[in-house]
Order: sequence, then structure tokens, then C-alpha cells
Amino acid sequence: MRFAIQINEGPYTHQASDTAYQFAKAALEKGHEIFRVFFYHDGVNNGTRYTVPPQDDRNLQKLWSELAEAHKLDLVVCIAAAQRRGILDANEAKRQGKDGDNIAPGFRISGLGQLIEAGIQADRLIVFGD
Amino acid sequence: MSDGQTKKKFFYLNRKAPYGTIYALESLEVVLIGAAFEQEVSLGFIDDGVFQLMNNQDAAGTGMKGFSKIYRALGDYEVRKLYVEKESLETRGLSVDDLMPITYEDEDEDYAEKPSIVVVDKAEMAKLIADQDVIMSF
Repeated sequence: MRFAIQINEGPYTHQASDTAYQFAKAALEKGHEIFRVFFYHDGVNNGTRYTVPPQDDRNLQKLWSELAEAHKLDLVVCIAAAQRRGILDANEAKRQGKDGDNIAPGFRISGLGQLIEAGIQADRLIVFGD
Repeated sequence: MSDGQTKKKFFYLNRKAPYGTIYALESLEVVLIGAAFEQEVSLGFIDDGVFQLMNNQDAAGTGMKGFSKIYRALGDYEVRKLYVEKESLETRGLSVDDLMPITYEDEDEDYAEKPSIVVVDKAEMAKLIADQDVIMSF
């Protein structure tokens, strides 16, 4: 089956991103396809490479980046939500006159149309979050 | 259903009050972008989500941008079905008269203005949800 995943909460405060990660991993192991993972609301905070959780805790951003690399996942951070919350890639940082970017490897910033398209293209859209 | 040609039924389920959290505003942003994709769109309002449609909202004192007017413009985006759960209204002491008069123009009937808000009970809402292809809950 072809899944799309929407994540509406940031890491650590909510379990949503953890659960979505476990779901994506399990689905891929079973041979399913993940069409796209779309990060919305505070979910965009999963996509900053500046998170440094304690070493004995999981690093969700790193887990997502590694899963994306292993399975060529499309991790999309909503641009409107990202701009509100300070998640920038190099292009956006330059465009907004900011002195650096923080987008994590394997993530890309794009528009809400990517979420709608994921809903259209996937057999199931699964929403994780409050 | 995943060939990209078939129209899908998109349902946006709104569960939270308009202010206090950003979910209502960012849900509306998805609805507006989604309107360009020419899918079958309807919105559901349950729990505190029914407060999103309250008439005479004034966000000025909160320092936040008021966005309640956008609901009244949804008809222009071909978003014409706003289902509001009866029980959620009642437990909050509200009736449909407390909600904004949201309408759309029906081109098949000489652009007659018709109400977009439909009050449904819990069982009808459950049936509506079961009938959708894509559900986003906010």
C-alpha cells in the first residue's frame, strides 16, 4: 500500500513524531511505500538539525534523516508553518536576510500543495498529532 | 483512487477553538490551498471546533490576527459544505443562530445564496467521516 504521513507536533513534547517514525519504519519493512512525510504545525520542528537531546535519549531528527536516506523518503516541511517557527533552508535564509539555516539532511521545505497532493496520490493519509 | 485523475473526498475535521492554539488558522490555510486542487471538499466542526464559526468574533484584544472572515469567503473557493455537530453546539449552550451566516452562490440556481452550514447529529457526522477518502483533523 502507498501511505502518506502527516505529522502535526514537534519532537519530545508529543509522541506523535515517534509514533509516526515507528509506523513508517514498520510499513517500509513490510514492503509498503511511503509517498511522502509532511510536517505541519509544530511538526516542522522535527526538521531542524540543531536539536541536541541527551545522549541516552533518541535523536528524532537524526532517526528521520537516516530513514529518509535509507529509503529515499520525501520529508517535506511546510514553508508557511516553518517560517513562523524559524525553520529555514539555505535559500529561505538568504531570501529572508537571516544569518544561517537549520534544515536537517533529508528534509526539504515546500508548500501545502505537497500535502494535498500526498492525499490525492496515496492510498491512505495517516495523521499523527494532537 | 491513486491515479491522480479521480476526484477524492477531502474532509477537514476541526476540533479546536479558533484562538488559544494555531490549529484552526493553519487548518484554514490547508483548506484554501487545497481548494486549487479541485477535489470534493467539506469541513466538519466538532468539540470546541464549533467556536470557530461563532458570529461577531473580535480578536483585537489578543494581539492575534483575526481570521473569522475567511470562513465567510469559503464559498468563493468552492468550499460549500460545513458540517457542524449538533451535540457539540448543545453542550456549549450554542445554536446555529450563534454562528456566522456563511453562504455560497449556487450557479445552477441563478446564483441564489444558500447556507453552507449544515447541522448534523453525532451519528450523521460519523457516517460523513466514514464516507471520506482523505481526512485531516486539526
